[in-house]
Amino acid sequence: MRSTGLSQEEYYRGIRTVPYDLVKELVLALAGVGIVALAAAAFFSSPDVAPVTVAAWAQSDPVDFVTTATGELAGATTSAGYGYPYNANSDGQSWGPIAPSRWLGVRIPIDSANTFVIQPLQRASYSNTVLGGALNTWQSASADQQTKWTDAYTKALADAKVVNGGVSVADGDYGPLPVMMSNLLGVAQSGGLDGLLQINGRFYQTDYTPALLFMGDGSYLSGLAQQWNLSGDLWGMMNETGQYPGQTWLWLYTMWYQVPPFTSDTGILGVNASNADLVVIILMTVLTLALALVPFIPILRDIPRWTRIHRLIWRSYYASKAHA
Amino acid sequence: MDATKPAVATDPAPGAPKAANWTLRVRQAIDRGLPMDHLLPDRQPYYVGSWVYVFGVITIAALAWVVVSGIVLAFMGPQWWHDSSLGLFFNSLHFWSVQLFFFAMVLHLWGQYFMASWRHGRAATWMIGVVIFGISVLTAFTGYLSQQNFASQFIAVNAKDAMNGAGIGAFFNVLNFGQMYGLHIMLLPVGVTFLVVVHIVMVRMRGVVKPIDAEGGARS
Repeated sequence: MRSTGLSQEEYYRGIRTVPYDLVKELVLALAGVGIVALAAAAFFSSPDVAPVTVAAWAQSDPVDFVTTATGELAGATTSAGYGYPYNANSDGQSWGPIAPSRWLGVRIPIDSANTFVIQPLQRASYSNTVLGGALNTWQSASADQQTKWTDAYTKALADAKVVNGGVSVADGDYGPLPVMMSNLLGVAQSGGLDGLLQINGRFYQTDYTPALLFMGDGSYLSGLAQQWNLSGDLWGMMNETGQYPGQTWLWLYTMWYQVPPFTSDTGILGVNASNADLVVIILMTVLTLALALVPFIPILRDIPRWTRIHRLIWRSYYASKAHA
Repeated sequence: MDATKPAVATDPAPGAPKAANWTLRVRQAIDRGLPMDHLLPDRQPYYVGSWVYVFGVITIAALAWVVVSGIVLAFMGPQWWHDSSLGLFFNSLHFWSVQLFFFAMVLHLWGQYFMASWRHGRAATWMIGVVIFGISVLTAFTGYLSQQNFASQFIAVNAKDAMNGAGIGAFFNVLNFGQMYGLHIMLLPVGVTFLVVVHIVMVRMRGVVKPIDAEGGARS
Protein backbone atom coordinates (compact mmCIF):
# COMPACT_ATOMS: atom_id res chain seq x y z
CA MET A 1 0.00 0.00 0.00
CA ARG A 2 1.25 3.44 -0.83
CA SER A 3 1.22 6.08 1.89
CA THR A 4 2.63 9.50 1.20
CA GLY A 5 3.56 8.08 -2.18
CA LEU A 6 5.56 5.17 -0.77
CA SER A 7 4.84 1.46 -0.57
CA GLN A 8 5.50 -0.24 2.79
CA GLU A 9 8.67 -1.72 1.31
CA GLU A 10 9.86 1.74 0.26
CA TYR A 11 8.72 3.36 3.54
CA TYR A 12 10.70 0.92 5.66
CA ARG A 13 13.74 0.74 3.32
CA GLY A 14 17.01 0.72 5.26
CA ILE A 15 15.28 -0.02 8.59
CA ARG A 16 16.30 -3.25 10.27
CA THR A 17 13.39 -5.65 10.86
CA VAL A 18 13.05 -8.32 13.53
CA PRO A 19 10.90 -11.47 13.75
CA TYR A 20 7.34 -10.82 14.92
CA ASP A 21 4.38 -13.14 15.51
CA LEU A 22 1.12 -11.21 15.22
CA VAL A 23 -1.17 -14.22 15.67
CA LYS A 24 0.70 -15.42 18.76
CA GLU A 25 0.47 -11.91 20.24
CA LEU A 26 -3.29 -11.81 19.63
CA VAL A 27 -3.84 -15.28 21.13
CA LEU A 28 -1.78 -14.37 24.20
CA ALA A 29 -3.75 -11.12 24.58
CA LEU A 30 -7.05 -13.00 24.31
CA ALA A 31 -5.88 -15.46 26.96
CA GLY A 32 -4.48 -12.75 29.25
CA VAL A 33 -7.53 -10.52 29.06
CA GLY A 34 -9.77 -13.56 29.43
CA ILE A 35 -8.01 -14.69 32.61
CA VAL A 36 -8.26 -11.21 34.17
CA ALA A 37 -11.91 -10.75 33.14
CA LEU A 38 -12.95 -14.26 34.26
CA ALA A 39 -11.15 -13.82 37.59
CA ALA A 40 -12.71 -10.38 38.17
CA ALA A 41 -16.15 -11.78 37.29
CA ALA A 42 -15.69 -14.71 39.66
CA PHE A 43 -14.29 -12.73 42.59
CA PHE A 44 -15.98 -9.32 42.29
CA SER A 45 -19.25 -10.14 40.44
CA SER A 46 -21.05 -7.02 39.12
CA PRO A 47 -23.37 -4.34 40.50
CA ASP A 48 -27.08 -5.15 40.62
CA VAL A 49 -28.92 -3.10 43.23
CA ALA A 50 -32.63 -3.80 42.72
CA PRO A 51 -34.58 -1.08 40.92
CA VAL A 52 -36.99 1.14 42.84
CA THR A 53 -40.68 0.64 42.16
CA VAL A 54 -43.49 3.14 42.61
CA ALA A 55 -44.86 0.67 45.18
CA ALA A 56 -41.63 0.77 47.19
CA TRP A 57 -41.65 4.57 47.06
CA ALA A 58 -45.29 4.78 48.22
CA GLN A 59 -44.67 2.27 51.01
CA SER A 60 -41.39 3.78 52.23
CA ASP A 61 -42.25 7.45 52.01
CA PRO A 62 -46.04 7.98 51.66
CA VAL A 63 -45.84 11.70 52.45
CA ASP A 64 -43.29 12.33 49.68
CA PHE A 65 -45.40 10.26 47.30
CA VAL A 66 -48.62 12.18 48.05
CA THR A 67 -46.80 15.54 48.04
CA THR A 68 -45.37 14.72 44.60
CA ALA A 69 -48.74 13.58 43.23
CA THR A 70 -50.38 16.76 44.54
CA GLY A 71 -47.58 18.75 42.92
CA GLU A 72 -48.36 17.05 39.60
CA LEU A 73 -51.99 18.24 39.88
CA ALA A 74 -50.83 21.74 40.81
CA GLY A 75 -48.35 21.83 37.93
CA ALA A 76 -45.58 22.47 40.43
CA THR A 77 -43.23 19.52 39.79
CA THR A 78 -40.18 19.32 37.55
CA SER A 79 -42.05 17.28 34.94
CA ALA A 80 -45.06 19.59 34.96
CA GLY A 81 -42.95 22.60 34.04
CA TYR A 82 -40.20 20.73 32.21
CA GLY A 83 -40.72 21.95 28.67
CA TYR A 84 -39.50 20.13 25.58
CA PRO A 85 -39.69 17.33 24.58
CA TYR A 86 -42.46 16.54 27.13
CA ASN A 87 -44.57 19.70 27.05
CA ALA A 88 -44.41 23.37 26.14
CA ASN A 89 -44.52 24.65 29.73
CA SER A 90 -41.03 26.19 29.58
CA ASP A 91 -38.74 27.45 26.85
CA GLY A 92 -36.10 24.76 27.33
CA GLN A 93 -32.37 25.44 27.43
CA SER A 94 -30.81 27.84 24.98
CA TRP A 95 -27.51 29.58 24.40
CA GLY A 96 -27.98 32.74 22.40
CA PRO A 97 -29.91 31.73 19.30
CA ILE A 98 -29.10 28.04 19.83
CA ALA A 99 -32.20 26.30 21.21
CA PRO A 100 -32.32 22.75 19.78
CA SER A 101 -34.96 21.44 22.21
CA ARG A 102 -37.32 24.25 21.21
CA TRP A 103 -36.62 23.66 17.53
CA LEU A 104 -37.63 20.01 17.90
CA GLY A 105 -40.73 20.75 20.00
CA VAL A 106 -42.92 18.33 21.95
CA ARG A 107 -41.95 14.84 20.79
CA ILE A 108 -42.83 12.74 23.88
CA PRO A 109 -46.06 14.32 25.19
CA ILE A 110 -46.42 14.19 28.97
CA ASP A 111 -49.25 16.03 30.74
CA SER A 112 -48.10 15.27 34.26
CA ALA A 113 -51.46 15.84 36.04
CA ASN A 114 -53.29 13.56 33.64
CA THR A 115 -50.53 11.00 33.01
CA PHE A 116 -49.45 10.49 36.62
CA VAL A 117 -52.66 11.09 38.60
CA ILE A 118 -55.97 11.53 36.76
CA GLN A 119 -55.72 8.73 34.20
CA PRO A 120 -54.47 6.09 36.70
CA LEU A 121 -57.26 7.13 39.11
CA GLN A 122 -59.87 6.92 36.36
CA ARG A 123 -58.80 3.35 35.67
CA ALA A 124 -58.71 2.56 39.39
CA SER A 125 -62.17 4.10 39.94
CA TYR A 126 -63.85 1.22 38.13
CA SER A 127 -66.51 -0.02 40.60
CA ASN A 128 -65.24 2.53 43.17
CA THR A 129 -68.10 5.05 43.34
CA VAL A 130 -66.52 7.18 46.08
CA LEU A 131 -63.39 7.69 44.00
CA GLY A 132 -65.48 8.22 40.86
CA GLY A 133 -67.43 10.96 42.65
CA ALA A 134 -64.24 12.64 43.88
CA LEU A 135 -62.83 12.63 40.37
CA ASN A 136 -66.02 14.14 39.00
CA THR A 137 -65.87 16.88 41.64
CA TRP A 138 -62.24 17.60 40.74
CA GLN A 139 -62.78 17.70 37.02
CA SER A 140 -65.94 19.82 37.19
CA ALA A 141 -64.29 22.42 39.48
CA SER A 142 -62.85 25.62 38.07
CA ALA A 143 -59.10 26.01 37.71
CA ASP A 144 -59.14 28.60 40.52
CA GLN A 145 -60.92 26.19 42.84
CA GLN A 146 -58.48 23.39 41.97
CA THR A 147 -55.58 25.72 42.75
CA LYS A 148 -57.09 26.65 46.14
CA TRP A 149 -57.47 22.95 47.02
CA THR A 150 -53.94 21.99 45.92
CA ASP A 151 -52.39 25.00 47.68
CA ALA A 152 -54.17 24.21 50.93
CA TYR A 153 -53.41 20.50 50.70
CA THR A 154 -49.73 21.09 49.85
CA LYS A 155 -49.37 23.34 52.92
CA ALA A 156 -51.06 20.75 55.10
CA LEU A 157 -48.80 17.98 53.76
CA ALA A 158 -45.79 19.78 55.24
CA ASP A 159 -47.03 18.63 58.67
CA ALA A 160 -48.56 15.36 57.54
CA LYS A 161 -48.30 12.21 59.60
CA VAL A 162 -48.22 8.63 58.48
CA VAL A 163 -51.00 6.62 60.09
CA ASN A 164 -51.34 2.92 59.25
CA GLY A 165 -49.49 3.45 55.98
CA GLY A 166 -51.78 6.32 54.96
CA VAL A 167 -51.20 10.07 55.07
CA SER A 168 -53.07 12.13 57.66
CA VAL A 169 -53.29 15.93 57.49
CA ALA A 170 -55.00 18.57 59.62
CA ASP A 171 -58.62 19.30 58.83
CA GLY A 172 -59.19 21.82 56.06
CA ASP A 173 -60.95 22.56 52.80
CA TYR A 174 -59.15 20.28 50.37
CA GLY A 175 -62.13 19.37 48.22
CA PRO A 176 -61.86 15.85 46.78
CA LEU A 177 -58.07 15.69 47.16
CA PRO A 178 -57.93 13.53 50.34
CA VAL A 179 -60.10 10.87 48.67
CA MET A 180 -58.16 11.02 45.41
CA MET A 181 -54.79 10.88 47.11
CA SER A 182 -55.64 8.15 49.57
CA ASN A 183 -56.86 6.02 46.65
CA LEU A 184 -53.79 6.82 44.56
CA LEU A 185 -51.55 5.98 47.53
CA GLY A 186 -53.40 2.71 48.12
CA VAL A 187 -53.15 1.71 44.46
CA ALA A 188 -49.46 2.64 44.45
CA GLN A 189 -48.67 0.73 47.65
CA SER A 190 -50.33 -2.38 46.23
CA GLY A 191 -48.15 -2.19 43.12
CA GLY A 192 -51.03 -1.26 40.84
CA LEU A 193 -49.69 2.16 39.88
CA ASP A 194 -46.47 0.63 38.49
CA GLY A 195 -48.67 -1.06 35.90
CA LEU A 196 -51.16 1.77 35.40
CA LEU A 197 -48.37 4.22 34.54
CA GLN A 198 -47.14 1.87 31.82
CA ILE A 199 -50.48 1.20 30.12
CA ASN A 200 -50.15 2.22 26.50
CA GLY A 201 -53.15 0.54 24.92
CA ARG A 202 -51.07 -2.42 23.80
CA PHE A 203 -50.01 -5.57 25.61
CA TYR A 204 -46.25 -5.20 25.27
CA GLN A 205 -44.34 -2.15 26.41
CA THR A 206 -40.70 -1.34 26.98
CA ASP A 207 -40.91 2.41 27.53
CA TYR A 208 -40.63 3.48 31.17
CA THR A 209 -40.73 7.22 30.54
CA PRO A 210 -43.90 8.00 32.60
CA ALA A 211 -42.90 5.98 35.69
CA LEU A 212 -39.31 7.27 35.71
CA LEU A 213 -40.41 10.89 35.26
CA PHE A 214 -42.94 10.53 38.08
CA MET A 215 -40.40 8.95 40.43
CA GLY A 216 -37.84 11.59 39.40
CA ASP A 217 -40.24 14.29 40.58
CA GLY A 218 -40.21 12.91 44.13
CA SER A 219 -37.31 13.02 46.54
CA TYR A 220 -37.22 9.27 47.30
CA LEU A 221 -35.27 8.23 44.16
CA SER A 222 -32.79 11.10 44.42
CA GLY A 223 -32.36 10.43 48.14
CA LEU A 224 -31.33 6.85 47.44
CA ALA A 225 -29.03 8.03 44.64
CA GLN A 226 -27.39 10.42 47.10
CA GLN A 227 -26.71 7.49 49.42
CA TRP A 228 -25.06 5.59 46.54
CA ASN A 229 -23.01 8.68 45.50
CA LEU A 230 -24.72 8.75 42.11
CA SER A 231 -25.96 12.34 42.06
CA GLY A 232 -24.63 14.79 39.52
CA ASP A 233 -22.81 17.07 41.98
CA LEU A 234 -20.84 14.00 43.10
CA TRP A 235 -19.57 13.19 39.59
CA GLY A 236 -22.57 10.85 39.40
CA MET A 237 -22.29 9.71 35.80
CA MET A 238 -18.88 8.21 36.56
CA ASN A 239 -20.07 6.26 39.60
CA GLU A 240 -21.80 2.95 40.12
CA THR A 241 -23.60 1.50 43.10
CA GLY A 242 -21.29 -0.08 45.65
CA GLN A 243 -17.55 -0.10 45.09
CA TYR A 244 -17.79 -0.91 41.38
CA PRO A 245 -16.31 1.29 38.68
CA GLY A 246 -18.82 3.28 36.68
CA GLN A 247 -18.34 5.09 33.40
CA THR A 248 -14.98 6.53 34.40
CA TRP A 249 -14.32 7.47 30.77
CA LEU A 250 -16.94 10.21 31.21
CA TRP A 251 -14.64 12.08 33.63
CA LEU A 252 -14.18 15.08 31.35
CA TYR A 253 -17.89 15.37 30.56
CA THR A 254 -18.79 15.11 34.27
CA MET A 255 -16.05 17.53 35.31
CA TRP A 256 -17.70 20.50 33.58
CA TYR A 257 -20.71 20.19 35.90
CA GLN A 258 -18.43 20.73 38.91
CA VAL A 259 -16.82 24.02 37.80
CA PRO A 260 -17.88 27.59 36.91
CA PRO A 261 -19.52 28.92 34.82
CA PHE A 262 -21.60 25.71 34.68
CA THR A 263 -22.24 25.86 38.44
CA SER A 264 -22.91 29.59 38.52
CA ASP A 265 -26.30 31.32 38.51
CA THR A 266 -24.88 34.37 36.72
CA GLY A 267 -22.22 32.73 34.58
CA ILE A 268 -20.28 34.26 31.74
CA LEU A 269 -21.03 34.81 28.05
CA GLY A 270 -24.55 33.55 28.60
CA VAL A 271 -23.34 30.23 30.01
CA ASN A 272 -24.61 29.35 33.48
CA ALA A 273 -26.16 26.55 35.49
CA SER A 274 -29.52 26.94 33.75
CA ASN A 275 -28.16 26.03 30.31
CA ALA A 276 -25.21 23.90 31.45
CA ASP A 277 -26.56 20.71 29.85
CA LEU A 278 -26.76 22.28 26.41
CA VAL A 279 -23.39 24.05 26.55
CA VAL A 280 -21.57 21.04 28.03
CA ILE A 281 -22.84 18.86 25.17
CA ILE A 282 -21.73 21.52 22.65
CA LEU A 283 -18.36 21.80 24.37
CA MET A 284 -17.81 18.03 24.39
CA THR A 285 -18.79 17.82 20.72
CA VAL A 286 -16.24 20.51 19.85
CA LEU A 287 -13.54 18.79 21.93
CA THR A 288 -14.27 15.41 20.33
CA LEU A 289 -14.05 16.98 16.87
CA ALA A 290 -10.78 18.62 17.89
CA LEU A 291 -9.42 15.24 19.03
CA ALA A 292 -10.39 13.69 15.70
CA LEU A 293 -8.77 16.57 13.80
CA VAL A 294 -5.56 16.68 15.87
CA PRO A 295 -3.47 15.75 12.80
CA PHE A 296 -4.46 19.05 11.21
CA ILE A 297 -4.37 21.40 14.23
CA PRO A 298 -1.07 23.21 14.83
CA ILE A 299 0.21 23.11 18.43
CA LEU A 300 -1.98 20.08 19.26
CA ARG A 301 -0.19 18.02 16.63
CA ASP A 302 3.19 19.39 17.72
CA ILE A 303 2.84 18.56 21.43
CA PRO A 304 4.06 14.95 20.95
CA ARG A 305 7.32 16.23 19.47
CA TRP A 306 7.77 18.85 22.20
CA THR A 307 7.00 16.60 25.17
CA ARG A 308 9.55 13.99 24.06
CA ILE A 309 7.54 11.16 25.61
CA HIS A 310 8.10 9.50 22.26
CA ARG A 311 11.78 9.17 23.18
CA LEU A 312 10.79 6.81 25.99
CA ILE A 313 8.52 4.82 23.71
CA TRP A 314 11.15 4.47 20.96
CA ARG A 315 14.20 4.57 23.22
CA SER A 316 15.91 1.68 21.37
CA TYR A 317 15.61 3.63 18.12
CA TYR A 318 16.98 6.86 19.54
CA ALA A 319 19.74 5.01 21.43
CA SER A 320 20.92 3.30 18.25
CA LYS A 321 20.69 6.62 16.40
CA ALA A 322 22.83 8.31 19.07
CA HIS A 323 25.45 5.55 18.82
CA ALA A 324 25.53 5.90 15.04
CA MET B 1 -14.46 -26.83 -19.71
CA ASP B 2 -11.36 -26.31 -21.81
CA ALA B 3 -8.61 -28.40 -20.17
CA THR B 4 -5.90 -26.25 -21.69
CA LYS B 5 -7.01 -23.14 -19.74
CA PRO B 6 -6.10 -22.68 -16.07
CA ALA B 7 -9.05 -22.97 -13.63
CA VAL B 8 -8.11 -19.66 -11.97
CA ALA B 9 -7.31 -16.59 -14.02
CA THR B 10 -3.79 -15.38 -13.41
CA ASP B 11 -3.08 -11.74 -12.62
CA PRO B 12 -1.80 -9.71 -15.57
CA ALA B 13 1.80 -8.61 -15.81
CA PRO B 14 2.64 -5.10 -14.59
CA GLY B 15 1.68 -2.52 -17.17
CA ALA B 16 -0.86 -4.80 -18.83
CA PRO B 17 -4.32 -3.39 -19.61
CA LYS B 18 -6.88 -3.62 -16.75
CA ALA B 19 -8.96 -6.80 -16.71
CA ALA B 20 -12.58 -6.61 -17.80
CA ASN B 21 -13.58 -9.15 -15.16
CA TRP B 22 -14.90 -7.24 -12.12
CA THR B 23 -14.04 -10.03 -9.69
CA LEU B 24 -10.48 -10.15 -10.97
CA ARG B 25 -10.17 -6.37 -10.65
CA VAL B 26 -11.39 -6.46 -7.03
CA ARG B 27 -8.92 -9.25 -6.26
CA GLN B 28 -6.09 -7.34 -7.87
CA ALA B 29 -6.99 -4.22 -5.88
CA ILE B 30 -6.96 -6.21 -2.63
CA ASP B 31 -3.64 -7.81 -3.57
CA ARG B 32 -2.15 -4.40 -4.24
CA GLY B 33 -3.67 -2.70 -1.18
CA LEU B 34 -3.35 -5.38 1.45
CA PRO B 35 -1.19 -8.36 0.48
CA MET B 36 -1.20 -11.19 3.02
CA ASP B 37 2.32 -10.42 4.23
CA HIS B 38 1.08 -6.95 5.24
CA LEU B 39 -2.12 -8.26 6.83
CA LEU B 40 -0.27 -10.91 8.81
CA PRO B 41 3.35 -9.75 8.99
CA ASP B 42 6.05 -12.01 10.46
CA ARG B 43 8.60 -9.20 10.69
CA GLN B 44 8.40 -5.64 12.02
CA PRO B 45 10.81 -2.70 12.21
CA TYR B 46 13.08 -3.16 15.24
CA TYR B 47 11.66 -0.09 17.04
CA VAL B 48 8.23 -1.75 17.35
CA GLY B 49 9.28 -3.22 20.69
CA SER B 50 7.65 -0.91 23.23
CA TRP B 51 4.85 -2.02 25.54
CA VAL B 52 2.82 0.87 24.13
CA TYR B 53 2.16 -1.21 21.04
CA VAL B 54 0.52 -3.90 23.18
CA PHE B 55 -2.42 -1.70 24.24
CA GLY B 56 -3.95 -1.92 20.78
CA VAL B 57 -4.02 -5.70 20.72
CA ILE B 58 -5.26 -5.80 24.34
CA THR B 59 -8.12 -3.52 23.29
CA ILE B 60 -9.03 -5.91 20.48
CA ALA B 61 -8.82 -8.91 22.83
CA ALA B 62 -11.06 -7.17 25.38
CA LEU B 63 -13.54 -6.28 22.63
CA ALA B 64 -13.68 -9.94 21.67
CA TRP B 65 -14.58 -10.88 25.26
CA VAL B 66 -17.15 -8.05 25.40
CA VAL B 67 -18.80 -9.27 22.20
CA VAL B 68 -18.80 -12.97 23.16
CA SER B 69 -20.23 -12.34 26.64
CA GLY B 70 -22.68 -9.83 25.14
CA ILE B 71 -23.93 -12.37 22.60
CA VAL B 72 -24.63 -14.85 25.40
CA LEU B 73 -26.48 -12.20 27.42
CA ALA B 74 -28.48 -11.03 24.39
CA PHE B 75 -29.40 -14.60 23.49
CA MET B 76 -30.66 -15.41 26.98
CA GLY B 77 -32.63 -12.16 27.33
CA PRO B 78 -32.39 -9.10 29.60
CA GLN B 79 -33.99 -10.78 32.62
CA TRP B 80 -31.68 -13.81 32.73
CA TRP B 81 -28.76 -12.27 34.58
CA HIS B 82 -31.00 -10.98 37.37
CA ASP B 83 -32.49 -14.41 38.00
CA SER B 84 -29.61 -16.89 37.76
CA SER B 85 -26.09 -17.12 39.11
CA LEU B 86 -24.78 -18.22 35.70
CA GLY B 87 -26.44 -15.18 34.14
CA LEU B 88 -24.91 -12.94 36.79
CA PHE B 89 -21.50 -14.46 36.03
CA PHE B 90 -21.83 -13.71 32.33
CA ASN B 91 -22.99 -10.19 33.13
CA SER B 92 -19.95 -9.78 35.38
CA LEU B 93 -17.69 -11.08 32.58
CA HIS B 94 -19.29 -8.53 30.25
CA PHE B 95 -18.91 -5.76 32.83
CA TRP B 96 -15.21 -6.38 33.54
CA SER B 97 -14.38 -6.94 29.87
CA VAL B 98 -15.85 -3.51 29.16
CA GLN B 99 -13.71 -1.98 31.91
CA LEU B 100 -10.59 -3.63 30.46
CA PHE B 101 -11.62 -2.56 26.95
CA PHE B 102 -11.82 1.11 27.94
CA PHE B 103 -8.69 0.93 30.08
CA ALA B 104 -6.64 -0.47 27.19
CA MET B 105 -8.30 1.77 24.58
CA VAL B 106 -7.56 4.97 26.51
CA LEU B 107 -3.91 3.91 26.99
CA HIS B 108 -3.76 3.02 23.28
CA LEU B 109 -5.18 6.44 22.37
CA TRP B 110 -2.72 8.35 24.56
CA GLY B 111 0.15 6.18 23.36
CA GLN B 112 -0.69 6.84 19.73
CA TYR B 113 -1.07 10.55 20.48
CA PHE B 114 2.42 10.87 21.94
CA MET B 115 3.76 8.84 19.02
CA ALA B 116 1.96 11.25 16.63
CA SER B 117 0.75 8.17 14.78
CA TRP B 118 -1.21 10.19 12.24
CA ARG B 119 1.98 11.10 10.39
CA HIS B 120 2.87 9.98 6.88
CA GLY B 121 -0.65 9.52 5.52
CA ARG B 122 -2.24 7.95 8.62
CA ALA B 123 -4.64 10.79 9.60
CA ALA B 124 -7.73 8.81 8.55
CA THR B 125 -6.64 5.88 10.76
CA TRP B 126 -6.38 8.26 13.73
CA MET B 127 -9.75 9.85 12.97
CA ILE B 128 -11.53 6.50 12.72
CA GLY B 129 -9.93 5.56 16.05
CA VAL B 130 -11.45 8.65 17.68
CA VAL B 131 -14.85 7.80 16.15
CA ILE B 132 -14.54 4.26 17.58
CA PHE B 133 -13.84 5.77 21.01
CA GLY B 134 -16.92 8.01 20.72
CA ILE B 135 -19.24 5.21 19.63
CA SER B 136 -17.81 2.95 22.34
CA VAL B 137 -18.70 5.58 24.97
CA LEU B 138 -22.25 5.69 23.57
CA THR B 139 -22.44 1.88 23.53
CA ALA B 140 -21.32 1.66 27.15
CA PHE B 141 -23.77 4.42 28.11
CA THR B 142 -26.70 2.50 26.59
CA GLY B 143 -25.37 -0.60 28.35
CA TYR B 144 -25.48 1.08 31.75
CA LEU B 145 -29.04 2.20 30.90
CA SER B 146 -29.99 -1.38 29.95
CA GLN B 147 -28.93 -2.99 33.24
CA GLN B 148 -32.49 -2.84 34.60
CA ASN B 149 -31.33 -2.02 38.11
CA PHE B 150 -31.23 1.04 40.36
CA ALA B 151 -28.16 2.51 38.66
CA SER B 152 -29.96 2.33 35.30
CA GLN B 153 -32.95 4.15 36.73
CA PHE B 154 -31.00 7.00 38.21
CA ILE B 155 -28.56 7.33 35.31
CA ALA B 156 -31.61 7.59 33.02
CA VAL B 157 -33.38 10.18 35.18
CA ASN B 158 -30.16 12.18 35.53
CA ALA B 159 -29.00 11.89 31.92
CA LYS B 160 -32.32 12.84 30.38
CA ASP B 161 -31.70 16.49 31.30
CA ALA B 162 -28.46 16.59 29.33
CA MET B 163 -30.07 14.85 26.37
CA ASN B 164 -33.18 17.04 26.46
CA GLY B 165 -31.21 20.23 27.01
CA ALA B 166 -29.29 19.55 23.82
CA GLY B 167 -32.41 18.48 21.93
CA ILE B 168 -31.07 14.93 21.58
CA GLY B 169 -33.72 13.59 23.97
CA ALA B 170 -36.42 14.23 21.39
CA PHE B 171 -35.28 11.16 19.45
CA PHE B 172 -32.84 9.44 21.87
CA ASN B 173 -35.02 8.80 24.93
CA VAL B 174 -32.85 7.44 27.74
CA LEU B 175 -36.01 6.60 29.74
CA ASN B 176 -37.10 4.20 26.98
CA PHE B 177 -35.55 0.85 27.90
CA GLY B 178 -36.55 -0.79 24.61
CA GLN B 179 -34.79 1.86 22.55
CA MET B 180 -31.63 1.83 24.68
CA TYR B 181 -31.48 -1.98 24.78
CA GLY B 182 -31.94 -2.28 21.02
CA LEU B 183 -29.19 0.25 20.36
CA HIS B 184 -26.92 -1.41 22.90
CA ILE B 185 -27.11 -4.99 21.68
CA MET B 186 -27.31 -4.41 17.94
CA LEU B 187 -26.70 -1.11 16.19
CA LEU B 188 -23.88 0.35 18.26
CA PRO B 189 -21.79 -2.83 18.75
CA VAL B 190 -22.05 -3.62 15.04
CA GLY B 191 -20.80 -0.08 14.37
CA VAL B 192 -17.89 -0.42 16.81
CA THR B 193 -16.87 -3.85 15.49
CA PHE B 194 -17.08 -2.75 11.85
CA LEU B 195 -15.00 0.37 12.47
CA VAL B 196 -12.44 -1.60 14.49
CA VAL B 197 -12.02 -3.93 11.50
CA VAL B 198 -11.59 -0.91 9.19
CA HIS B 199 -9.10 0.61 11.67
CA ILE B 200 -7.03 -2.59 11.81
CA VAL B 201 -7.05 -2.98 8.02
CA MET B 202 -5.84 0.62 7.65
CA VAL B 203 -3.06 0.02 10.17
CA ARG B 204 -1.98 -3.15 8.35
CA MET B 205 -2.18 -1.46 4.93
CA ARG B 206 0.17 1.36 5.92
CA GLY B 207 2.25 -0.34 8.61
CA VAL B 208 3.32 1.30 11.86
CA VAL B 209 4.59 4.84 11.67
CA LYS B 210 8.27 5.67 11.98
CA PRO B 211 9.66 7.33 15.12
CA ILE B 212 9.30 11.11 15.31
CA ASP B 213 12.11 12.95 13.56
CA ALA B 214 13.12 9.81 11.73
CA GLU B 215 11.59 11.51 8.75
CA GLY B 216 9.82 14.84 8.81
CA GLY B 217 8.73 15.66 12.41
CA ALA B 218 5.30 15.25 13.93
CA ARG B 219 3.22 16.75 11.17
CA SER B 220 1.08 14.64 8.89
